[in-house]
Amino acid sequence: MDFNYDDEQQALREAVRGLIGKAYSDYEERRRAVAADPGFSEQVWGQLAEMGLLGLPFEEQYGGMGASAIEVGIVAEELGRVVAPEPFLTTVVLAGGAIAAAGTEVQKTELLGGISAGESIVAFAHAEPGSRWEPTASVVTATDGGDTWTLSGTKEPVIQGARADVLIVSAALPEGGTGLFVVDPSAQGVSREGYRTHDGGRAARVVLDGAAATPLGAAEDRTGVIARVLDGARIAAANEAIGLMEVAINTTSSYLTSRKQFGVPLNTFQALTFRAADLYVQLELSRSVAVWASMVLAESSTDEFVAQAAARASLRISRAGRQVGQEAIQLHGGIGMTAEYSIGAYTSRLTALDHLFGDGNHHLGLLACRVGDYAELEPVP
Amino acid sequence: MQLTLSAEDAEFRDQLREFFTTKIPQEIRDVVRDNGELTREQLVQSMRILNENGLAVPSWPTEWGGKDWTLMQKHIWHEELQRAYVPEPLAFNASMIGPVLAQFATQEMKERFLPATANMDIWWSQGFSEPDAGSDLASLKTRAVRDGDHYVVNGQKTWTTLGQFGDWIFTLVRTNPEVKKQAGISMLLIDMKSPGLEVRPIELIDGGKEVNEVWFTDVRVPVENLVGEENRAWDYAKFLLGNERVGIARVGTTKARLAQAKEFAASIKVGDGTLLDDPQFSTRFVELETDLLALELTALRVAANSADGKPDPASSVLKLKGSELQQAVTELTVDLAGPASLASGADDDSTVPLWARRSTPAYLNTRKTTIYGGSNEVQRQIISRTILGL
Repeated sequence: MDFNYDDEQQALREAVRGLIGKAYSDYEERRRAVAADPGFSEQVWGQLAEMGLLGLPFEEQYGGMGASAIEVGIVAEELGRVVAPEPFLTTVVLAGGAIAAAGTEVQKTELLGGISAGESIVAFAHAEPGSRWEPTASVVTATDGGDTWTLSGTKEPVIQGARADVLIVSAALPEGGTGLFVVDPSAQGVSREGYRTHDGGRAARVVLDGAAATPLGAAEDRTGVIARVLDGARIAAANEAIGLMEVAINTTSSYLTSRKQFGVPLNTFQALTFRAADLYVQLELSRSVAVWASMVLAESSTDEFVAQAAARASLRISRAGRQVGQEAIQLHGGIGMTAEYSIGAYTSRLTALDHLFGDGNHHLGLLACRVGDYAELEPVP
Repeated sequence: MQLTLSAEDAEFRDQLREFFTTKIPQEIRDVVRDNGELTREQLVQSMRILNENGLAVPSWPTEWGGKDWTLMQKHIWHEELQRAYVPEPLAFNASMIGPVLAQFATQEMKERFLPATANMDIWWSQGFSEPDAGSDLASLKTRAVRDGDHYVVNGQKTWTTLGQFGDWIFTLVRTNPEVKKQAGISMLLIDMKSPGLEVRPIELIDGGKEVNEVWFTDVRVPVENLVGEENRAWDYAKFLLGNERVGIARVGTTKARLAQAKEFAASIKVGDGTLLDDPQFSTRFVELETDLLALELTALRVAANSADGKPDPASSVLKLKGSELQQAVTELTVDLAGPASLASGADDDSTVPLWARRSTPAYLNTRKTTIYGGSNEVQRQIISRTILGL
């Protein structure tokens, strides 16, 4: 087992940090980016495309770079470090992942090419009113009209649903199972109501009323694909959370050394420094699991082992992210509550990630059902 | 980045697994498995088998019986040893005084002590802590005053684990009370049969007597038993304590104990199922397993990254989390035993199974893990100062 990044991976990290770290070197830049729609910088998005990062996991024939989950994790972590608002996770990893897994050659060429070039924002419309992270759909239903399909029902919240140029929509199939469809959001029967999310992002309510839809690949049950794509996104999100937590802890440590009360810097107080030490322990334990999960995904493991890794990473990082996010604010005191200061945005984003693909207790419940099936948990398949 | 073990490491692991489970007597490993108490003879026998096969002191320099293993191989060795319930080589010999002598002692002293230390011909005890010098070790007061060819030692050491079995004790003593407290400490090797040396057992909360006080009254120690230079022992002690933290995560042991606890849970019928089906317990297992996975991966990551052989400051993370998980698993086991856990004094005629009878003493005994090896508060201090710059 080897946890070391190779030279190319190091170079990738430095390049991403050079670009995104520069774009958001000052927290004010990030504030400006999220203030106006679409909640991220189209310019930075274009720069990410120029660097090839928006096609990172896709095969080269579709405009991608054919990179693995390790590289995706590196980019996600770097985006996390500056709470970058660009929708890499939901457009590239999630929607792109679904297209790569289920699309026809023509769809892959067109849709993945559009994402890679930075020309197209694709949203993955899966969450529904009342759903709790299942890989299935029930509120939105698909109707087979012979040559054409139509979808009806509501998807919400759809991350970047209002800005999206293309929607990938999950829907209950007439014969049972959950299919995936491509929907043109400007088509008749699609209405979108966009709004801000607490982490500076954007989401939308997407109401489909007999909207024309094209099956992504075949019109067949895609529950397995959705589950696997969600697992991949969970692992990328875990890496983003590592970047968020690391900087949140560093910011907090700096604050403790500079802020004075009672005539002395706050790091004089062991009641505070010990709590910062506990956050570091959380970070390092979580980093190991996030990187491990990325390796599991990168090495074409079985769906079952990937699911296990994604669930373990989600659980560990949910626990860690909450402690880091909450304590980072508390150790700052009042300034940590203000929108003007960065730390709250880190906590808000950690909270969003925690609930995007299933929180800690969700995964705890799933894992607990199978705890009697094996004696020891081994990190190697 | 690579998920799997290399072919060489996998073969290395398989060979060790085979060795530990076939060459160390089953009855010795059963005692460890059942949280029982090993006799002195059993511990010596086990370590001698390891030593005959070059597996007792792999971290030592090769000329003294060590192995030129990678850190990954050392990790695998530790893990497999613990998983097979092989008693660990006595820490006082293998990971404390041995490496210190190999690093700082004269050639004559090395020849005199190292082979005997590796083979347990000498059972070492540790004489560091004192009643008023725990985490603040440097404030120790035991005095050694030069008198011709001898030092005369007076004072008291405490928490001397298994001192009742000790042949020799390595001690930190104050040889210069006039200077800064760290600068006046020396290390002396003392024969425990010396006149004026007395070992008094301390009964612990689990009913056991594994630790002792060691009293020194005008104990005469030949000057050739001084390790390295006079008044330089604080450096040796820091070297020793740094080594102590490596391997202290005890991933293999905790993994085995957690798997045992699962068997215990599955053996207790409740309604239509077992305690393992109870969400209160099944979720606890998952939380512990996940944290243990994180600890194991972190141990591997730190092992892979400390190529220069020095302990990574992140080893404090291993100590902190490793000790907490050891405690958490023993706590879980007591909870699984439930009311049966009260039968701790019952004999084999009891209706209560052995594991349940031993669960509470094990839980109480394991409270020590967050105190020894540099208390967890000391580890937090190291993390906040050294890593976070606080």
